[in-house]
Amino acid sequence: MAKKKLVFSFPPRLIREPVTSNLIRRFDLEVNLLRARIQPREQGRIVAELSGTPESLEAGLAYMEDQGVQVDPLIQEMRYYEDRCVHCTACTAVCPTDALTVHPETRELVFDPSHCIMCESCLAACPYGAMDSQF
Amino acid sequence: MRTLEEINAKIKAGKVVVATAEEVVDLVKERGVKQAARMVDVVTTGTFGPMCSSGIYFNIKQATPKIKCGGGRVSVDGVPAYAGWAAADILLGCSALPEDGPRNAVYPGLFKFGGAHIIEKLVRGEKVRLEVKTYGTDCYPRKEYVAELGLAELNDAVMFNPRNGYQLYNVAVNLSRRTIYTYMGVLKGRLGNANYSTAGALSPLLNDPELRTVGIGTRVFFAGAHGYVAWPGTQHVGDPVRLAGGLPENPSANLALIGNLKEMDPAYLRAASIVGYGASLALAFGLPIPVVDEQVMAQCAVSDEDITYPIVDYSENYPLGRAGNLGRVSMSQLMSGQIEINGKTVSTGGMTSRARARQVALELKSRIEQGVFLLTRPVSPLPGATLAEGL
Repeated sequence: MAKKKLVFSFPPRLIREPVTSNLIRRFDLEVNLLRARIQPREQGRIVAELSGTPESLEAGLAYMEDQGVQVDPLIQEMRYYEDRCVHCTACTAVCPTDALTVHPETRELVFDPSHCIMCESCLAACPYGAMDSQF
Repeated sequence: MRTLEEINAKIKAGKVVVATAEEVVDLVKERGVKQAARMVDVVTTGTFGPMCSSGIYFNIKQATPKIKCGGGRVSVDGVPAYAGWAAADILLGCSALPEDGPRNAVYPGLFKFGGAHIIEKLVRGEKVRLEVKTYGTDCYPRKEYVAELGLAELNDAVMFNPRNGYQLYNVAVNLSRRTIYTYMGVLKGRLGNANYSTAGALSPLLNDPELRTVGIGTRVFFAGAHGYVAWPGTQHVGDPVRLAGGLPENPSANLALIGNLKEMDPAYLRAASIVGYGASLALAFGLPIPVVDEQVMAQCAVSDEDITYPIVDYSENYPLGRAGNLGRVSMSQLMSGQIEINGKTVSTGGMTSRARARQVALELKSRIEQGVFLLTRPVSPLPGATLAEGL
C-alpha cells in the first residue's frame, strides 16, 4: 500500500466535476480529505491523503492531471521560519497532530511536516510570524 | 555568609562562581543547601515573553525653526504617540495601534503593526517616520514637522516599562464552546488547550519570592542592555498569600524596569502580534541573585515540580473578574505537554520561551563571569519586602 499527501488545485471549470469521487470509484483509492476550499468562480484547493496500490495511485494521479488538476506534494505547504521563532511553544497547544512539538531537553520547537494536516491553527497561535501557509 | 561587596570584589578579580537557577536545582539536590550556598556566589535567572506594559520615551533633535511637540499631535509610522510632555519628549507604548487599521476592524484582528513593531525597527537600526502637527508658539514657531529617525538621530531613547517580570501567572483555559483570542494566546473551547506564561524554575521573581535581594536600583539584564528596577510595577502585590517556600499562590509581585534602548539587542526584543488581542513586546529579562545567606540558595533551588499555578477560565471568569480556579498544576506538568483538568487530558503551550529564558540566564552568567556586570545594592526594598541582611 502506498500513501501520499497531496494538494489538488482545481481551475473554476472543474468545480462541477466529481473528480474526487471518480478517484475513489474508478481507481480504487482511499481518499481522506484533510482540507478543502472550493469557492464558485475561484480556484478550488483540496488537501487529501490518498492510499492504494502504487499502480492505482499512479493511474489516479494521471487522471487528475489529465482533467486539468494541478497536483503538488503537501510537504511545501506549511512553512516554518526558524529565524523568526522564539520557541515560546504556543503553537504546540493548538496543533491537533504531532507536527509541532517541544524538544524535551532544549525546549525548542520541533516541526515535523509529515504529520501536518494543514489545519492552519498554528497561524493564529504564533505571535511572531514563524509559521506561514502557502495554501 | 557573604556580602554584596565581597561578591563584586570577586567579580572584578575574575573569581566569582555563578550558576543559573536551573543549575542550582541539581546542585542542591546533590550537595544540600549549606554546601551549595558556600560554593555559589550568584544565581542568574531569566525569562523571555510578551510584556504588554512596555514602551519607550525618546527625545528628538530639534528642527529649524523649533517645534513644540508637547500638546500637539504626534505619530510614528502612522501609530499615534503621546506628546503630553515638553517640546521634544515623545512616548510610544508597545500596544499602540494605527488609527483605522483595517486589519483590526475584522474579528479577531491580526495586529501586524503597532508600537512594538516600531520599537523593534529602531533596535534593528532602521528608521521610522515621525509626523508632528502642533499649534506653534513665539519660541517654537513651527507647526508641522516630518522626519525619518533612527536611534542615531534621537538624543535619548529610553525603555520604561510600568509592569514587567510578573511573579507567577495564571494558566489560561476556555470553558466556553467557541475559540477565544486572549493575551494568553488562542484558547480552544471546551478545555481545548491550556496556556501558561512563565519561565518556571528560571523565573526571576520565583527565585527570590520574598524580594529579599531585589529592590529599587537593582541592576538587571534587560533586552541585552543593563537596566534597572525603577519602581514596583503596577498592581504589585507585596504581601500575597504564600505557599511552601514562600512562593505566592496567585500573580503578585512585579517590577517597573528602565533601560537605554540604544544598548538593546534585537535577539532579546521582539514585537509580537497576538491575534485577536493586540500588539505586544516580547522581552528578555534576567535578574542576578546574590547568595548572601542560605535562605537565598534554598529559594533559588526551587524546581519546576515545586512551582504551582492556578488554572483560570478566560472565557467568563477572567473577563468578569470572578475569583476561583479549576485547580493548580505544576510547571513540570505543564512542560510535559499535557495536563489533566476535570478528568480531561488537555494540551499545554507556552507564551514564554523557556529556551530563550535559559539563554538569558546563561548570557547574564557569562557577563558576570567576564567582569562586565557588577551587582548593585537596592536603594530601597519593594513594598511589602524586607531586604536580606548583609546585602
